[in-house]
Amino acid sequence: MLNQANHIKQLVILSGKGGTGKTSISAAIADLAYSSQKQVHAVMVDADVDAANLSLVLQPKISETREFWGGSVAEIDKSKCIGCDLCKSLCRYDAIIPYADGSNTYFVDPIACDGCAACVYSCASEAIRMIPQQEGNWFHSQTGYGDLFHAELFPGKENSGKLVTLIKQNARLWAEDTQASLLVVDGPPGIGCPVISTCAGADLGLIVTEPSVAAIHDYKRILNLLRHFKIPVIVCINKSDIYPDGVENIRQYSSSQGIEILGEIPYDEHITQAMVQGKPVTNKYPKSSASRVIQEIWDKIVYRLSK
Amino acid sequence: MENAKVLCITVASGKGGTGKTTVATSLALSLASQENVLFLDCDVEAPNGHLFLKPQVEVEKKAVILIPHIDMEKCILCGKCVEVCQFHALAEIGKSIMVFPQLCHGCGSCAWHCSSKAIKEIHNPIGILEAGLTQEGIRFAHGVLTISEPLTTPIIRQLKKWQNAETVSVIIRDAPPGASCSVVETLRGADFALLITEPTPFGLHDLKQVIGILQDMKIPGGVIVNRDGIGDSQVDQFLLQNHIPIMMRIPYSTKIASAISSGNTLLDVSSNYGLEFQALFQRIKKCVMEKEAC
Repeated sequence: MLNQANHIKQLVILSGKGGTGKTSISAAIADLAYSSQKQVHAVMVDADVDAANLSLVLQPKISETREFWGGSVAEIDKSKCIGCDLCKSLCRYDAIIPYADGSNTYFVDPIACDGCAACVYSCASEAIRMIPQQEGNWFHSQTGYGDLFHAELFPGKENSGKLVTLIKQNARLWAEDTQASLLVVDGPPGIGCPVISTCAGADLGLIVTEPSVAAIHDYKRILNLLRHFKIPVIVCINKSDIYPDGVENIRQYSSSQGIEILGEIPYDEHITQAMVQGKPVTNKYPKSSASRVIQEIWDKIVYRLSK
Repeated sequence: MENAKVLCITVASGKGGTGKTTVATSLALSLASQENVLFLDCDVEAPNGHLFLKPQVEVEKKAVILIPHIDMEKCILCGKCVEVCQFHALAEIGKSIMVFPQLCHGCGSCAWHCSSKAIKEIHNPIGILEAGLTQEGIRFAHGVLTISEPLTTPIIRQLKKWQNAETVSVIIRDAPPGASCSVVETLRGADFALLITEPTPFGLHDLKQVIGILQDMKIPGGVIVNRDGIGDSQVDQFLLQNHIPIMMRIPYSTKIASAISSGNTLLDVSSNYGLEFQALFQRIKKCVMEKEAC
């Protein structure tokens, strides 16, 4: 059973392509887990920190806010700069730019700076220093569906992977303290840095795909990433009635790869309507066709995780 | 502008799946007969532009970062490289220096600061770049991140520099979703940002994030509302209040949804879209020339 708290299981929800329905399904899972709490006590994590949407559905009350200080960027003291050009020649990010005032000195474009500090260590006149940057905030919240750990990366910032790792660690500690049995992690799109951080320690990956050429292409990429990390994978197909040939492609490909399809969720306007009202679809429209299939998918996930 | 004759448009969105690639590829096809178009798919984690533009790939190149290789014969274990590395990609373990390639950003600081010249930089492939022409004469290039590699911005940077833009009059860059560093890299150097959203709370929340980046980078932009008719009116209200123009609306229809799903573009749904995108392009051009935030 999942309520034996000897090992907290971790379910990660990914897709490769964005907009396939990860967050709507994560919110529904939060609702279903909460309403069956005797069986599963879940803690939710929104790991899509630069487009964080789970809180829009779960309507959290924030109980704890922490600053996220990620990297640093270089800053040049104009009065000490002797215009030797060395930092500019070393910088691989085109971040060092001459002032246009004819003073033969330089400044750093903070958006372009990668924070490598090569310039700092090379500057003979010690005119450059690193300025730590607050790159976002993270939150621990209570929702009508249990605890949520989420974050906001400030627009355009780096280190989203670090922030994902940080909120996952805190969610895990909280889960241990409260004898929760499951972490449900709503992941970001793609397969890069924040997705890799999302995958760390996962017991099961749920891929949410849809029957479109783009989503199928990206399904294969995220599947290969999860396999690289040796994480077991299951799949569900969202908006399954928009393109029947696509569904057939997903079925054939999944079967050839030995991947189980847990359910096919038809395109259902109730999902958008529930989102607009800030509620999980299973909570607002429990009898909708989408809710019924998501319930089946959830039951199969619980069974998988209990084995 | 990168060069006086070239107009560079980045298509971005914040939220994934709002229709960036649909708009970027439809725009490229609409302009193909009158402009020399270069299409750059900068979503290197999940590149999909080729599925719609169907280019013949002619050239391929590795996307690399330079990572340190330490010659232990020359290394005096001074620890300077470990000290200067901001990303913990080097560690002194016993009597040697270990390199962790997946943590390395390729900045070259360690090699430059090594007084005994024991560090040589070697190419570490993290993805590939591919380019070719489409049937319509669009020059196409994309980057593809290798599975399990974390860093995307170096690939985007190399992709942007790779293709010679001398004979090109329009560059269309398709951005990744989100609002972090890879989106910034795709926007860098662009003359205009075309933001695609959907009229839902998710669409609006993530649109605001990207608008924040545009303001920081001082890039003019306008919005296309896709799947118009679903959701609510919050996006419209927000754009109205903030004087951000809606440049086009694409209605939600099952006909469009299934066409895009099967690998077609908006031009296959209705030839009117060709004219609409041409008019949109003229409006963007005017915007950029008059240096007005449209």
